[in-house]
Amino acid sequence: MNIQTKPPHTVAEQGILDSYAQMMGQLPGDAPVTAARDKLLGAFSAAGLPTRRIESWHYTDLRNLLRALPGAASGAAQRTDPVVRGSVVLPLIQGQSAEASTPEGMDLTPFIDLLASGEAAKMLVARDADDLVGRLNGTFVADGYRLTVAADQAIKELVEIQSVQSGGQVHNRFDASFGAKSSATVIERHLGDEAHPGLSTAITTLELGDGAEVTWIILQDCGVEDQRLAQLNTRLGAGATLKVYVVNVGGKLVRQELNVDVAGEGAHFDLRCVNLLAGDSHTDITLTLDHNVPNTTSKEIVRTVVLDRARGVFQGQIRVAQIAQKTDAQMSCNTLLLSDGGEFAAKPELEIFADDVICGHGATVIDINHDHLFYLMARGVTEKSARALLINGFVDELIEELENEELIEALETHIAQWLIDHG
Amino acid sequence: MLEIKNLHARIAEDGTEIIRGLNLTVKAGEVAAIMGPNGSGKSTLSYILAGRDDYEVTEGDILYNGESILELDPSERAAKGIFLAFQYPVEIPGVATMQFLKVAMNEQRKARGEDELTTPDFIKRVKDAAATLQIDPAMLRRPLNVGFSGGEKKRAEILQMKLLAPQLCVLDETDSGLDIDALKIVSGGVNALRSPDRAIIVITHYQRLLEYIVPDSVHVLHRGQVIKSGDKDLARVLEAEGYTGIVEAAA
Repeated sequence: MNIQTKPPHTVAEQGILDSYAQMMGQLPGDAPVTAARDKLLGAFSAAGLPTRRIESWHYTDLRNLLRALPGAASGAAQRTDPVVRGSVVLPLIQGQSAEASTPEGMDLTPFIDLLASGEAAKMLVARDADDLVGRLNGTFVADGYRLTVAADQAIKELVEIQSVQSGGQVHNRFDASFGAKSSATVIERHLGDEAHPGLSTAITTLELGDGAEVTWIILQDCGVEDQRLAQLNTRLGAGATLKVYVVNVGGKLVRQELNVDVAGEGAHFDLRCVNLLAGDSHTDITLTLDHNVPNTTSKEIVRTVVLDRARGVFQGQIRVAQIAQKTDAQMSCNTLLLSDGGEFAAKPELEIFADDVICGHGATVIDINHDHLFYLMARGVTEKSARALLINGFVDELIEELENEELIEALETHIAQWLIDHG
Repeated sequence: MLEIKNLHARIAEDGTEIIRGLNLTVKAGEVAAIMGPNGSGKSTLSYILAGRDDYEVTEGDILYNGESILELDPSERAAKGIFLAFQYPVEIPGVATMQFLKVAMNEQRKARGEDELTTPDFIKRVKDAAATLQIDPAMLRRPLNVGFSGGEKKRAEILQMKLLAPQLCVLDETDSGLDIDALKIVSGGVNALRSPDRAIIVITHYQRLLEYIVPDSVHVLHRGQVIKSGDKDLARVLEAEGYTGIVEAAA
């Protein structure tokens, strides 16, 4: 007889199961929503937190890294100024939607309403057997926003989803759909509290109609002890253009997953990712990108600065379907490793079934360029300032591709501040 | 202004000695040309003056306005007024030219205890200086030296020199890669900076540049030493006869 015993739940796993029991009856949703939550929690209980034996989690051994759950929320979270002055702010205070002005041309629904009405039940599913973020978020999601932009609508105002957390757990969904030939720029910003560590999950779903043009910026500005697990899933219609920016400037344990389906001919996907890593943090960017039709393009650039004992991970998988001829997909991952104790793991993968495509990937790990440093210093710039200029330059190159000057300045200021704080 | 005494220096990494007992004095107001065959140590000397840490001084001293500068890092030397115009100015992607100029000017001012420039004042200075060197303002909106042609890079070096107004200018083969028009513009820029309280060291292979920037003294460098000094006519002799005769006479 062969007896297989499952390892007992870890403290964090048990904590997650206990949290659900404690919140029984408090989480929003009708019976189908509750059934979907129960099912996801059951799957979580059976599988537990992923370990390095699960391929997609190989470099982020979550069972080991997620040791304990945070204490209760401190109650200190409150709204703050948007990154770019004059933006329309959609607030989430400790995960809860609050009264928001709606940008002109956009329909806005708090996600809690979709849970209450049961409309969200079908969205509470995991993507696959290893989708921990889907399970956790689906089990606990309490609020968020649905954004709908009708066809041909150009949203002129900058929109900032502003999630502010101070301890405790926050689980949000952002479900955005952009009609044909519509356009918008949205900042999804998550702020933590240095004094009160928290755990958060977020799942963002972007549906782009034919010819839609969207810039979506994820600005992760967690506290140094925060844990964050996030996922972005998107599908691009014909001729659509999506630019996703991911800017990570905080957090102790961060995983940002991106699953991109380039589904319409002539569509273009861009990812620009800036990771500023310090302390003993662990930050993981995991991308799957499917080119499923002919004549589509994509370009991903990940730039990471590693200080102290920080660890970074980039897993990028591009899959080109057999019919997806004339695909042009370029991926690069450049790391500025500035300490002996820092680490970065890059795992690019190309899986190509079509025969007439251009696909490429490259990864570099470098230190500050000695010639550059000498040149700047020979002009009277002190070593500290020269290093800061060069590190800024390394990541600002990506930010400067944005078209909005105010946004560029705001993000560069954020980056410069991080370097001053950690320099 | 500059006094180099029995200087010995080697490459820090492998210990190869490049400068072997070099003596040179340059006075305020003087334009000194340093000439010499390939591998004589001309560029190394310019790097050592600027403070590049790839070279180690093992003996001798460099006095600038009477003080040794050997312990100063490149930024401290620059703040004291030493400027090196690079033979190969590096391209630095991501660092905007204007931002760099502003940081450099203000850090030098700060080191000298002066107030920072206001933005309008800074912009005016850059615009005026750029105009005299026929530099297109669009060039200054690009990242530092990125995509500049060889001539543009050299002009940008002279622009920086003009803006930083150093006391001691070291021009390392500023004529290399320049066509005759660019050479005239660059030389004009350098000549405009000649003044009784400024010294200029021009390092070059060829006499051509010295037709435009006429030196007060010419020094021939060979195997890390100054083997002959003279006035501007020495450069003409070298151009006509090559280095061989002088090298053999010194041996």
